[in-house]
Amino acid sequence: MSGFRGRDILSIRDLSRADIQLVLKTARRMVPIALGRKASRALEGKILGTLFYEPSTRTRLSFESAMNRLGGRVLGFSSAEGTSVQKGETLADTIRMVEAYSDAIVLRHPQEGAARLAAEFTEKPVINAGDGAGQHPTQTLLDLYTIWDEKGGFSGQNVALVGDLKYGRTVHSLTYALAEFGANLTFVSPPTLEMPREIVEVVKEKGLSLKITHRLEDVIRDADVLYVTRIQKERFPDPQEYEKVAGTYRIDANLLREAKRDLIIMHPLPRLTEIAPDVDRTKHSLYFKQAFNGVPVRMALLQLILGGAA
Amino acid sequence: MRELRVTPIKNGTVIDHIPAGMALKVLKILGIGDAVSSTVTVAMHVPSQAMGWKDIVKVEDRELAAREIDKIALVAPTASVNVIRNYNVAEKHRVALPDRAVGILRCGNPNCISNAKEPVESEFVVRSKNPLRVFCKFCDRELEDIAAHIV
Repeated sequence: MSGFRGRDILSIRDLSRADIQLVLKTARRMVPIALGRKASRALEGKILGTLFYEPSTRTRLSFESAMNRLGGRVLGFSSAEGTSVQKGETLADTIRMVEAYSDAIVLRHPQEGAARLAAEFTEKPVINAGDGAGQHPTQTLLDLYTIWDEKGGFSGQNVALVGDLKYGRTVHSLTYALAEFGANLTFVSPPTLEMPREIVEVVKEKGLSLKITHRLEDVIRDADVLYVTRIQKERFPDPQEYEKVAGTYRIDANLLREAKRDLIIMHPLPRLTEIAPDVDRTKHSLYFKQAFNGVPVRMALLQLILGGAA
Repeated sequence: MRELRVTPIKNGTVIDHIPAGMALKVLKILGIGDAVSSTVTVAMHVPSQAMGWKDIVKVEDRELAAREIDKIALVAPTASVNVIRNYNVAEKHRVALPDRAVGILRCGNPNCISNAKEPVESEFVVRSKNPLRVFCKFCDRELEDIAAHIV
C-alpha cells in the first residue's frame, strides 16, 4: 500500500517530503474517526505495545486513543516502576519480549538513541515517542499537520519559534522539517538559549529567509505562526541559569493586538507562564486543537505502518 | 652526521608518516604504558619529504589487529603501517578511515543509550574525513575531541 508498511519511525529526518505529505493527507481523512463521528475497524486484531519509561500524558494517551479508534488494542506500561526494567533488565531484552506480544512498539525513553537501539533488536516497527533530549518525530508530524491544516501549506509562511531553542527537541525537528518545506523562519530566544549553530547552518543552506532576535515584539506584526515552547527546568545543568531566563517571554491578549488577524499560536504543552490564560479565548489560540491533532496524526501513522484496509 | 638514530627492527611493526605530535596518542591506542615486554622506539618531529615533519613509532615483536589500525586512522589518517619480518618489510598498509567506526569510540554524550548497559557496540558514522567529523549512530550527536574518546 505504501512504503510505510512495517517501517520504523525514529527521526523526522528519516521521512522524505513525500512521506510527510502522505501522513498529513492520511491524517485529515482520520479526523472524523478521531472525533468519534465515524467508526473504524481498520486495525482490528492488531496490538500496539506502548513502553513509556518516563511519564507522558499527551503522547501516551493520544497513541492509545488512536489505536483504539482504529479498532486495535494496546498493552504496555506508563512508567518503568513495577516492571522487569526495575530489576535491571536491558532495553534490548524488554524489546525482544514485547516483540512477541505486539505488532508494533511505541517507545518513550529518557536516553538519547533508545529508539534506534530498540529498532535493532526487533523486526516489528518501532515508533519513537521521544528519547531524552533527542527526537520526537510524531510531535513534529502533528505540529506540521496543524500548520498545514490551518494555513493550507508551508511555503512563504512566517513562522516564529519562541522560547528555549537550545534544549527544546521539538523546535529542532520542526525547524528541519519547516526548512525542507520552504517556510520563512524567525528564531526568538534569550541569548543563552539560541538555536544551535548547526541547525542555523542547515536553514541557511536552503537559502531561506531567516531572522534571529531576542525580542518577541520584533516578530509579532509579521508572524503567521507563533510556535511557543516552555523553558524546561529539567534540561538546565545549572538551576541558576534557569532562574535567569525563566519567564522571559509572556504572550497575552494585549500583545496580540498588533498581530495579524489570522495569526495562530501553537505550543506543544504543558505551558507554564509563557502564554497567559486570556489568550485561550482569542481566535489565535490553537494549542488545544494541536493537542487533539496528535490523535489523527498518530492514527495515520499506525494505519500506514500496520496496514489494514483504509 | 647520521640522519636516523634508530636501528632497524627484526620483527614487529613500524608506524610511519604519523602527523607530527601525534605519536603519543598512537602509543596510547596501542596500550603502551607500564607493562611492555618488548622494545618500543618513538621518533618525534623527524624531517619528512612528503609531510615536512612527522612522527614514527616502532614496536618490536608485535603485529597490529585490524581494529587497532582503524583506531590509529582516527588520530593519524596519513600513517602507514609496515609489518617487519626478519628485517624485511613483509606487508605495507596505509591506514584508511572506515565509513563507520564500530566499537572503537565511546559516545561523548553521557545520556546516550550506547553508554548504558546494553548489548551493543558503539557505532559512529564518518560524515567528513577532512576535517574528521563523526556522529553517533544512536544519539546522532557529533563527537568532539575524537582522540579522547577512543576505547
